[in-house]
Amino acid sequence: MIKARGLARRFTTRTGPVDAVRGVDIDVAEGELVGFLGPNGAGKSTTLRMLTTLLRPTAGEAVIAGHDLLTDPAGVRRNIGYVGQKNGAGQDQGVADELEFQARFYGLSRHDARRKVADLLERFDLRGLEKRGVVTLSGGQQRRLDIAMGVLHDPRLLFLDEPSTALDPQSRRNLWDHVKQLKADGVTVFLTTHYLDEADFLSDRLLVIDHGSIVAEGSPDELKHRVSGDLVVLGTPQASIVASKFQNAVVEGEQVSFRIPNGDRALPGLLRDLDDIGVELHSVQVHRPTLDDVFLTMTGRSLREEARAA
Amino acid sequence: MLPRNVVGDTWLVFSRVMLPVLRNPVAVVFGIAQPLLYLGLFGPLLGDSGWQWFVPGLLVQMVLFGTAYAGFSLLPEVRTGVMERLRVTPVSRVALLVGRVGKDVVLLVVQSLLIVLAAMLFGFRATAGQVLLGLGLVALLGIAIGSVSYAIALKVKLEYVFASVLSASIVPLMLLSGVLLPMSNGPRWLYWLSRINPLAHVVDAERSIFDAGSALLGLISVAVLVLVGVFYGVRTFNEESA
Repeated sequence: MIKARGLARRFTTRTGPVDAVRGVDIDVAEGELVGFLGPNGAGKSTTLRMLTTLLRPTAGEAVIAGHDLLTDPAGVRRNIGYVGQKNGAGQDQGVADELEFQARFYGLSRHDARRKVADLLERFDLRGLEKRGVVTLSGGQQRRLDIAMGVLHDPRLLFLDEPSTALDPQSRRNLWDHVKQLKADGVTVFLTTHYLDEADFLSDRLLVIDHGSIVAEGSPDELKHRVSGDLVVLGTPQASIVASKFQNAVVEGEQVSFRIPNGDRALPGLLRDLDDIGVELHSVQVHRPTLDDVFLTMTGRSLREEARAA
Repeated sequence: MLPRNVVGDTWLVFSRVMLPVLRNPVAVVFGIAQPLLYLGLFGPLLGDSGWQWFVPGLLVQMVLFGTAYAGFSLLPEVRTGVMERLRVTPVSRVALLVGRVGKDVVLLVVQSLLIVLAAMLFGFRATAGQVLLGLGLVALLGIAIGSVSYAIALKVKLEYVFASVLSASIVPLMLLSGVLLPMSNGPRWLYWLSRINPLAHVVDAERSIFDAGSALLGLISVAVLVLVGVFYGVRTFNEESA
C-alpha cells in the first residue's frame, strides 16, 4: 500500500538548511495498521505530509495506493483518506453540509452523497447533529466528524495524524474503537502518534523516527523484547545489601530497582533467596518494558517527557 | 490523469463558502455601511454636480476596502485543518481559489448595486446599460484583487501580518487613484505618480462609463490586472498545495 524509498525533505530556513526527514524507506502492506512514533520535531508530520501529497519531497520516491506520488499526486489523492491533526470542518459550516460537500469533492453525485452522509452520521454517532453548526460540537464530536470526512469515499488506505490529541479519555477510547473497526473492515491504516499507549494498543507494527531517520521497526512486543529484561522494584530497609546482589541495581532510599530477564517467572525464587539471607521486604513490583523504555534505549530520550512538553 | 472538472469543482467550492453567507445575509448589508457613510457624509461636499464623478470612484473604493480583505476569510480555514483537508481531496487547486473569489465578487456586485440605488436617491443618474457595464468593470477588478488577496493570505498565514500588508498597500493605492478628489488638482509629480497606478485608470474608466470620456486605458488596465492577479493567485494556490 505504501512503498517509499529515500523520501527526504529539506527546509531552507534563515539559519541554513534543515533536514527534517533524511531519506526514509517505508513499506506498509495491505491491511496493516502501522504506528509511526516519534517525539515532536522528529519528522513524523513532515513524512506524513509528503505521503499525503501536502508537501513535495526534496528527494526520494514513493508509490501510494498504487499511484506514483511525484507523477500522479491526483491519483494518490483519489485513493487515500486523510485525517489531519487539526479539525477539518469549517467552523461556520453545518455538519451535514460539510459531509455532503466532502462527498461531492470526491465526485459523488448529489444523490449518492446524501445517502453516504446518512450512513456516516449513523456510523459515527453523529445522528441528530446534522443540522448543527460545526462550532457547536464537542471535541469528540468534531473528531468523529473529521474521521467521517476522511473515510467517506471508502479509501483502502487511511492516514491519521495524531488522531487523539486533545481528546478526553472517553472520546479517545471511542476513537480507538473506530480505528480498530476500520482495520477489521480491511482498511490499511498509517497513524502518527506520540502517545505510547495509543501506539501499543492500536498498531500491528511500529516505525520509530528520530532526527529525521527511522531508528527502529517492529511489532510493539518485538520492540519491547529489545530492552533487556523486566524492571523489578523492591522496597526494603536493607536496600544496599539487595543492591549488591544484582548488576546495575539502582538504590533510591528504601527502594532498589534492577532489570532481570523474565521477571515474573524469576521473582518467586528470587524472593526465597532474599528471605534465606534475612532480607526483609515490604513491597515488590515487576514492570514489563514499555515503549518508553524502548524509546529511551533507542534514542537516549524519553518520549514521555516529550509528550508532556508538547 | 484526466483534468478534473474545474467548472464543477469551482461551483462546489463556491457553494460551500456561499452557504454561511446565505444563512446570515444581514452581514452583506453591514458590508455596505462604510460606502454608505461616504455617500451620505462625503458626497454632498462635492455639490450637486459631483455625484456623476464621485459614485463611480466610490464603487472602485468598495473593491479596495471590501474584496481586498477577502483573504481574511481564508485564514481560519488555514489555521484549523480545513484547507489541509480540502487539499488532500482530488478537488481542483484552481477551484479552491476561483470558487472563493466567486463568492466575494457576487457579494461585491450585490453591494455595489445597493450603493448605486442608494446614490440615485441623492441624485446620481444612470441607465440600466451603464449600471450593467459599471458593475461588470467592478466585478473584473474584484476578481483581480480578490485573487491577490487570497494568495497573500495563504502566504503570510498570520492575521496581524496580513492586516499590515493590506493597510500598507491599500491606502496608497486608494490615495493615488483619485477616488476622493481629482488627481489633476495636485502638483505634477503627484499626478504622474497616479498615472502609474493602474487603479487610477480603472477609476477613470468607471467614470467614463457613467459619463462621457474614454474607458479604453481603464479596460486595458483591468484586463492586465485580472490576468496578473489570477495568474499569481492560481500559482500560489498550486505551489502551497505541492
